[in-house]
Amino acid sequence: MKLLKNFKGGVHPNYEKQHSEDKPIQVLPAPEVVVMPLQQHVGAPCDPVVKKGDQVLMGQVIGESSYAISAPVHSSVSGTVLAVEPRPSVTGRSVMSVVIQNDGQDTPIEEQQNPILKSSDPNQRIDVDGNLIRQAINAAGVVGLGGGAFPTAVKVTPPDTSHIEYLLINGSECEPYLTADQRVMEEYPDKVILGAKLLAKAAGAEKIIIAIESNKPEAIKILEKYAVPNEIEVITVVTKYPAGGERMLIKAVLNREVPSGGYPHEVGVLVHNVSTAWAVAETCLTGRPLIERVITVTGSGIKEPGNYLVRIGTPFKNIVEAAGGFNGQPERVLCGGPMMGLAQFNLDVPVVKATSGVLILTEKEAQKYEPLPCIKCARCVDVCPVYLMPLKLEAFAMNEMWEQAEEYGAMDCIECGCCTYICPSKRYLVHYIRLAKQEIIAARGKN
Amino acid sequence: MEETRFKISPSPHIRDEDSTQNIMLTVVVALLPVWIAATYFFGFDSIRLVVLSSLSAIITEAICQKLRKRPVTVWDGSALITGMLLGLSVPPTLPSWMIVFGAAVAIIVGKQLFGGLGGNPFNPALVGRAILVISFPSPMSKWTIDGITTATPLMESAGNFAYHELFFGNIAGSIGETSAFAILLGGIFMYYRGVLDYRMPVSFLGTVAILSILLGQDPIFQILSGSLLFAAIFMASDLVTTPVTPKGRWIFGIGAGVILTVIRTWGSLPEGVTYSILLMNAATPLINRYTRPRIYGRGVKANG
Repeated sequence: MKLLKNFKGGVHPNYEKQHSEDKPIQVLPAPEVVVMPLQQHVGAPCDPVVKKGDQVLMGQVIGESSYAISAPVHSSVSGTVLAVEPRPSVTGRSVMSVVIQNDGQDTPIEEQQNPILKSSDPNQRIDVDGNLIRQAINAAGVVGLGGGAFPTAVKVTPPDTSHIEYLLINGSECEPYLTADQRVMEEYPDKVILGAKLLAKAAGAEKIIIAIESNKPEAIKILEKYAVPNEIEVITVVTKYPAGGERMLIKAVLNREVPSGGYPHEVGVLVHNVSTAWAVAETCLTGRPLIERVITVTGSGIKEPGNYLVRIGTPFKNIVEAAGGFNGQPERVLCGGPMMGLAQFNLDVPVVKATSGVLILTEKEAQKYEPLPCIKCARCVDVCPVYLMPLKLEAFAMNEMWEQAEEYGAMDCIECGCCTYICPSKRYLVHYIRLAKQEIIAARGKN
Repeated sequence: MEETRFKISPSPHIRDEDSTQNIMLTVVVALLPVWIAATYFFGFDSIRLVVLSSLSAIITEAICQKLRKRPVTVWDGSALITGMLLGLSVPPTLPSWMIVFGAAVAIIVGKQLFGGLGGNPFNPALVGRAILVISFPSPMSKWTIDGITTATPLMESAGNFAYHELFFGNIAGSIGETSAFAILLGGIFMYYRGVLDYRMPVSFLGTVAILSILLGQDPIFQILSGSLLFAAIFMASDLVTTPVTPKGRWIFGIGAGVILTVIRTWGSLPEGVTYSILLMNAATPLINRYTRPRIYGRGVKANG
């Protein structure tokens, strides 16, 4: 047996995939009201292009920006605009949002009748021009669905000087509990392969590699079947968090390191999530923009964990109801996985493009700990996948020694949370490193 | 459901099950075989010294924390470890009041003056031992076995002792350092539980072995006699006072090995383990600073 592709550092939390990994993707009916935040991506926020009282069609642009790094937002239903106002978003901040009353008709906008791809055969040669693919991705508002939310069209347009050798399709899904990517790979393997080929064509990538964690043998088996005729390699990586981190995956699969502060294209690599590949294929086949995605609803705090195809903008409330409601008293409601997910204080927030799951944790799963003094056991140093010394960074941040924090590499932190997870003294290491990063960025702004 | 408000907290929302108390408990359990062996060879004195030392350390810690108006955290087990380590590293004939004094000083000077757990630069048990040696040189070097006072093996020539006696412990010395077998058992347990980094004992013992071969000494005798093995496994591996970087841990062990060999070979003290570790404790912040791991993506070229 070949050795699994590995990387240094990382942790082995309980994966808890059993709640939902065998549950087929179910279509969740569109809710009566959707809330569409106008910033669901990294980059410039969109300006609303509709106003209260307007009639909108499904797939119609409701927000766009003239900036290069941005992604348009489309209505996920047809109906009437109830309001254009700031609404709480999953990040905890208020974001300008378009609230739409669903008329239940799902009347599509006309433009979406122009798919750029005629055939859905995954083995076809992609003859469409790369530029056309990039335009289609951009117009569809596709962003990194793995959680990064970086506009995909921008990512597949690297500077002219760089040469893309590998397109890595990220099927690691290393966050515990989440199974959306796994189900997408198992149920839509043809679309994943097609999307990968479209992305490779758009970026001019020579080879495609699909990387999957070893705890998803079914997905590996299915994708291998589809990959072989397309000369795509499926590589099994170690089941370890954060194997799906872009930098860790590149290190594990290709043994290359992305330069500090740089981007993967600088070492000839692009990484895209499997769900992003699926979304790209869907867009190119149907002409429909990104208005729905697969999410996992899971945790011991929900009655019927599962994987659902939901409209962007669906409030968490509707999702919890669809999954049978709470199972007992929920201790924590998260957008995303338990390692990097964002805690929500109510269920009014909507699913956005980068929402990979809604996780309901019980008190037993999300225990509260009082931090104890650091005993310098160095477990945080051992698990840090970017080789930092989290205990030092925490101490610098606590003493507001921002310059020293920067010297010790605070800005290289990927905020994966391994240090906080492993700390036997239950210290909030990554939390303080985030604080240091904010202060360092603020200080740079002043100079 | 509208009115529901949930708690928020920063990620990650799940934690590893291991805890600082677990780590301390692991060390305490690892010390038990050593204590049992000590009791087998030295009888009641072993129980007397370890119990008094531990009680003194715990009570002193509680009083200090009360005086400092800090939460009393003696349940974390760290004071118990200091007490046990000190009790196991003194001769069996040490008077009771001296061990009580030593443990109290270990906690006050070695730990609480620096802010308590995690803040101390020096291993508290070794601070206590160093102060006992300086204050009471004669009782601290009175080695007996079976009621007969002898010199520590290090003061005699190597040929007088059979390896198996050194290994299983039927020799004179501090009560915890005589049975290499019991010490190794504890070390293996700590390693298995992820509390002991192999780098420190390996580099410490390895350095001593290599240097003693170079100096024409018997390396096995050098390792098995005196408190080297006990200190290499239980004191050089103390988390708080040793480097946090993998490279730094190698350097720590090598440095301690060099200092120890120098003291044993040319110094006027019969044993230098205490000082070799304390000196390297002092160097630890510097070692940490200069052995920082290379950060991911630093020093790599684009388009590689």
